[in-house]
Amino acid sequence: MAGSIQYLIIVPLAAAFLIPLFAKKARAMSWVLAQTGVFIITVLSFMIALSIRGKGVLVYNVGHWPVPSGISLVVDSLSAFILIIANFVMLVIVIYSNGYIKKYSDTWKHYSLLMLVVTGVNGVLVTGDIFNMYVFLEIASIAIYALFAFGRRKESFEAAFKYAVMSTVASIFILLGIAVLYSRVSTLNMADIALVLSTRELNGGAIKFVTVLFLMGFGLKSALVPFHTWLPDAYSESPATVPAISSGILIKVLGVYALCRILFNVFGMQPAVSHILLALAVMSMVLGGVMAFGQKNIRRLLGYSSISQIGYIFLGLGIGTKLALVGSLLHILNHSVAKSLLFLNVGTLEDHSNVARRPVNSFTALVGSMSICGVPPTGGFWSKLIIILACIEAGHIVLALVAVAVGVLTLAYYFRALTPLLFRQVRHQEGHEKENTIPFSMGIAVVILAVISVISGVALLPNAANELLIGAVNVLSGGVGYASIVLGALV
Amino acid sequence: MSTYMLCLILFCVGLYCVLRKRNLIKIIIGIGIMEYAVNLFLVLIGYRTQSVSPICVGNQAAVNMVDPLPQAMVLTLIVLGLSTTLVLIAIAIRIYEKYGTFDITKINRLKG
Repeated sequence: MAGSIQYLIIVPLAAAFLIPLFAKKARAMSWVLAQTGVFIITVLSFMIALSIRGKGVLVYNVGHWPVPSGISLVVDSLSAFILIIANFVMLVIVIYSNGYIKKYSDTWKHYSLLMLVVTGVNGVLVTGDIFNMYVFLEIASIAIYALFAFGRRKESFEAAFKYAVMSTVASIFILLGIAVLYSRVSTLNMADIALVLSTRELNGGAIKFVTVLFLMGFGLKSALVPFHTWLPDAYSESPATVPAISSGILIKVLGVYALCRILFNVFGMQPAVSHILLALAVMSMVLGGVMAFGQKNIRRLLGYSSISQIGYIFLGLGIGTKLALVGSLLHILNHSVAKSLLFLNVGTLEDHSNVARRPVNSFTALVGSMSICGVPPTGGFWSKLIIILACIEAGHIVLALVAVAVGVLTLAYYFRALTPLLFRQVRHQEGHEKENTIPFSMGIAVVILAVISVISGVALLPNAANELLIGAVNVLSGGVGYASIVLGALV
Repeated sequence: MSTYMLCLILFCVGLYCVLRKRNLIKIIIGIGIMEYAVNLFLVLIGYRTQSVSPICVGNQAAVNMVDPLPQAMVLTLIVLGLSTTLVLIAIAIRIYEKYGTFDITKINRLKG
């Protein structure tokens, strides 16, 4: 099973370069290839998640080079949990694209770039080598710059350029961090770095400097508050699938996952760093919520809402108890699903303006917003409740109050945004009936996501999903024990 | 040590260029300068005084050799830097077609 990890990278990369070859001959081929590729890796990530149930970790050495010198691919419960979320959400977005992207020309470019993003995301999730992680992070970033520029209006190029410059500078800071780290530990394998850092007495200043560089770099990728300015602009002008990917997958994987992996498993969480994370989280939650309240454009509102919800995720990570980590990881799942759902609905709404009265779209939009606001039957309620309970348990009463207050604010701005969308009366125009029918693929995609955002709370009950979630929490709370687990799996 | 300082100064020149310049092309050049400062830093990390190139001939063990890993990393980074620059320039050209200017203070249609 370990050998199959590499197909998570090979399949989407092959699809990305096969699509331009076949798309010129047959236009439908590009969607078929993209759909097949994403379907294969989604099934594969479920199989890998099942196969690590007993062992806890799968390690594969690329080219059979031994570990400190070769590149190893590592899948543990944390990677598997986020792999399933990312690939499944991507599968649904590709299904949706079939109906949505037809209004653009050169749709094969969209699918090809989408597959490159999948390659980068899967690469970041499965790699065990810090420089390799940087390379995959750049692949995903470069593909998403091009996707943000995939609009027809002049604002989309402005937004894409802004995001590309800021994100490239962030990548260079991450790279500088990796270079300084390499100069201290002389190895690139993350497990080996953790081992070297824990056994050898090192000059602490360098590690602090590297931590700050990583916080800046990955903080920009995950749109934490002082680094968030690219996000609302980038989301406001592009095909609706692109903000769905960026908000649902990229800011979680390139930002939250990569930062968690390095801070928790390689450096070991220091109290000072967790205080910084808590400060950034509270700023994101409050500022994102307040800014969202003043928005008139629904896409910008959803963008600021993403910033606010990323704050919740980092709040749980900053507290760092097991309960808080359960809440954070569950919130990653809920927010990915619900925010992609909302962006896809916004895309349908923009194309078919009388959609507000269609039960499929208005109902799923309602479910998605309920999940993000934390209204009880949906999954978002459980993750927010757990994060708030964890705050109280850890003695941070003020943080719990802030989280509750921002939750109320979230409910207020979603209610303000959705009231006209759900309940307004649309004038009937004769002769427009045909073009107003929504393609089947766009309907089924939002229904799938809505069902998941309702039932995602079952991950808290004892079953396979819960086992994976608890495994992921144990990986994070195990800290630098990651090194001995990964290196031990090789023997 | 002074070489490391010069490398840091080069990095700061690039950062200043990105932050302060108003022309899109100059911003892209600033990003290039930052990338090359980091590449230079990586090569300096691997360098050891009075050492040989890391090539093993026959059974002879390479003693006191330059660290080859940063050099391999720099090769990868040059390719990545090229593709980033390419995408940035492509977007800049499209911006020039749409707005008719490279001045970022005049490209300000997104606010809030």
